[in-house]
Amino acid sequence: MRIFVLFKNYCMNIPIYLDNNATTPMDPRVLDAMLPYFTNKFGNAASRNHHFGWVAEEGVDYAREQVAKLIGASEKEIIFTSGATESDNLAIKGVFEMYKDKGNHIITAVTEHKAVLDACKHVEKLGGRVTYLPVKEDGLVDLAVLEAAMTPETILVSIMYGNNEIGVIQPVKEIAAIAHRHGALFMTDATQAVGKIPVDVNADGIDLLALSAHKMYGPKGVGALYVRRKGPRVKVTAQMDGGGHERGMRSGTLNVPGIVGLGKACEIAGQEMESEAKRLSGLRDKLQNALTVLEESYVNGNVDHRLPHVANISFKYVEGEGLMMAMKDLAVSSGSACTSASLEPSYVLKSLGLSDDLAHSSIRFGLGRFTTEEEVDYAIEVTKKAVTHLRELSPLWEMFKEGIDLNSIEWAEH
Amino acid sequence: MAYSDKVIDHYTNPRNVGTLDKSSHKVGTGLVGAPECGDVMRLQIQVDDNNIITDAKFKTFGCGSAIASSSLATEWLKGKSVDDAMKIDNMDIVEELALPPVKIHCSVLAEDAIKAAINDFRVKNGMEPIELEKSHH
Repeated sequence: MRIFVLFKNYCMNIPIYLDNNATTPMDPRVLDAMLPYFTNKFGNAASRNHHFGWVAEEGVDYAREQVAKLIGASEKEIIFTSGATESDNLAIKGVFEMYKDKGNHIITAVTEHKAVLDACKHVEKLGGRVTYLPVKEDGLVDLAVLEAAMTPETILVSIMYGNNEIGVIQPVKEIAAIAHRHGALFMTDATQAVGKIPVDVNADGIDLLALSAHKMYGPKGVGALYVRRKGPRVKVTAQMDGGGHERGMRSGTLNVPGIVGLGKACEIAGQEMESEAKRLSGLRDKLQNALTVLEESYVNGNVDHRLPHVANISFKYVEGEGLMMAMKDLAVSSGSACTSASLEPSYVLKSLGLSDDLAHSSIRFGLGRFTTEEEVDYAIEVTKKAVTHLRELSPLWEMFKEGIDLNSIEWAEH
Repeated sequence: MAYSDKVIDHYTNPRNVGTLDKSSHKVGTGLVGAPECGDVMRLQIQVDDNNIITDAKFKTFGCGSAIASSSLATEWLKGKSVDDAMKIDNMDIVEELALPPVKIHCSVLAEDAIKAAINDFRVKNGMEPIELEKSHH
């Protein structure tokens, strides 16, 4: 249940949502665009011979243009899916199946989303070979390491655009150039980036791109895969068989209201991206600067190549889940193990070379379109208080303050 | 997963946070867990001449359940004899705090911390440490 509190003469809803990398609230303008397609315009977009089908198809066609425009593509290159996970799967498994006579090697990175990593694991079971590139301490792929990993067998390089946990933006253009020079296709999971920063498939040299509606104020359960049609013409083997929808690449009756919502979300994002990125990076920097004033707090990932709305900060000597509990007025996320079913801390943070205890101490703040400055001010206050409170409880903080080197302690097996 | 009211209560108002003089022979200190695992508990007991625990303090680095488990442990320890303290079982903590299965390790850690503190006290006072059951982990 959400409650209202008065903070500095400003009435706000508690808890405050600062987890916009997990999902975003839907923009009311998107909902308005979708509603008719649930009721009056309910037709099946594949019904080619009556009014209801035509109306639905028109909605889908328009959405296809809206999505294409946001990423500089042509509408024929957009395949609608159920979301970015499906798009990642279709791209990776589909490219492998389509091009396996040409080569069986795929390159990706250890910080990719599980949808990419697990699709790659599947490809390995089918006889493919996958290289998982390490990343530098700042989370970026080392281009020389990528170059060295390329082989004549490499058919696909799949590197995400912006990272979901730390927000770092990969040098996509340079990565694409390396892939192309070696005759491989370049795919990017751009779920976190599309709608937040300019993404242009031609300028960036992208052959396949996965995106999702619910990360950009659209509905859940709908996304798209961009598949290049010219220079080169890319094909993927369908992973869902049936009526041959979406040029045979993805069968299944189209989710018309969802697709219309995705289109509208893309249109709004395109119009507001520039001013919104400026506003959000301003708020994010305010939050980050205020919190890194606290002793022993560290920003994770490259801060110069980063999505405008994300800050991932480790507060040393406090544990992330315990911290989140003290910040219950804020909805944020932690790289700590305790928040997930597995007891391992975030693999993304660990791959930056962060020690486990720092990974356990991390909090991801994800601002969004509906985040206000007052909410950020409140978040700063709540977080500072929580960190201070938990450090008073922390034996590690006490040891640190006494000058004891924690590495010198023989910790009990656990 | 929502926390039980008792966890929230101990987390919000932790009992007996603090530090006892670990160099005193009346004080036993148990430090268990590891920063890498996301849980470290330090539990201390002060024991009088009648073998009664007169004070207990803790500090914990960990999730809400870990903090609540150690807070509860200090409450239970105060006033108990060392022998009775040895009998505190992690499942008693699980039950009292209604910990879900994924948080049982927090209670195990609290039990380990109690035993480690008692053994530290025993060794300091010339007694043999009590052989502990194999760790639950």
